[in-house]
Amino acid sequence: MQPEDTKHLEALNEIRTMMRKSSRFLSLSGLSGIFAGIYALSGYAIAVWYIRNRLTGLRSAIYESAEPFTLEVFGFFILDAILILGLSLLTAYYFSSRKAKKNNLKLLDYTAWRLFWQMAVPLTTGGILSLALLLNMHLAFIAPTMLCFYGVALFSASKLTYDDVKYLGIAQILLGIVSAFDLGNGLFYWAIGFGLFHVIYGTVMWFKYERNVE
Amino acid sequence: MNFKIHNLNKVFDNRVRLGIMSALMVNDSVDFNTLKELLDLTDGNLASHISALEKEGYVHVKKEFVGKKPLTSYSTTKIGTKAFNEHLDTLEKLIKNR
Repeated sequence: MQPEDTKHLEALNEIRTMMRKSSRFLSLSGLSGIFAGIYALSGYAIAVWYIRNRLTGLRSAIYESAEPFTLEVFGFFILDAILILGLSLLTAYYFSSRKAKKNNLKLLDYTAWRLFWQMAVPLTTGGILSLALLLNMHLAFIAPTMLCFYGVALFSASKLTYDDVKYLGIAQILLGIVSAFDLGNGLFYWAIGFGLFHVIYGTVMWFKYERNVE
Repeated sequence: MNFKIHNLNKVFDNRVRLGIMSALMVNDSVDFNTLKELLDLTDGNLASHISALEKEGYVHVKKEFVGKKPLTSYSTTKIGTKAFNEHLDTLEKLIKNR
């Protein structure tokens, strides 16, 4: 290759790098996804255990309100969910700052804030809607709502981070829709979406972008 | 020696100016400090390259106040976008046609 060509190729590469770096949040780590998935699956396992051993006739409680839900039952599920969310966010923060440091990037730069707001709007909407469903005892619709809104948030945020996030978003939306037609198995679908899908996505991302850097 | 005539834009024959334009192409606008961080430059260095681009009419400068702090942000002009795209095309052709 002639020196001129090398120069042109370098220029094109620099352009591409700068375009990515200036418009996308690239400090997301696949490991965060794997851990979030593991937390979700553990939370699911605990919930299943709770239902089997502590609660009789949950399904009838949902559909016939035979057994009135007490504050204790609500409290358990909300605490379980908050623990999963909290641990996932903390882990994501840890791995992202580690990755940012490694790549000489600032973690909370403007691409991070832009991504945050893009996700915050659909996620807050879905969260409040889920809370309303819970308070009105429409429990069966909570998992479909969470999956669909989370999927939409990911889909719309994908242009501000890795393109691959788009496929995770589409998968969550589809799963959410399927679960809405198969009511009564919400926990199971929830575990597939927030657990299994995250583990798969995180593993793929790690192999694709991070393995060589580690 | 065969000196091929090509229309590679002289303005972009510089790492920094190329970097500034690349960042502006994919964003609505980018402020001074963000550009500085992205390109890892000093104030003076960035300012001189931006004013070169501004002089060509490639970059639009917007000054405003956020609270009491002045904020200067930059975006590409139509001429700038066109010039940059032509530059990209030329680069690609030069590499393909050898």
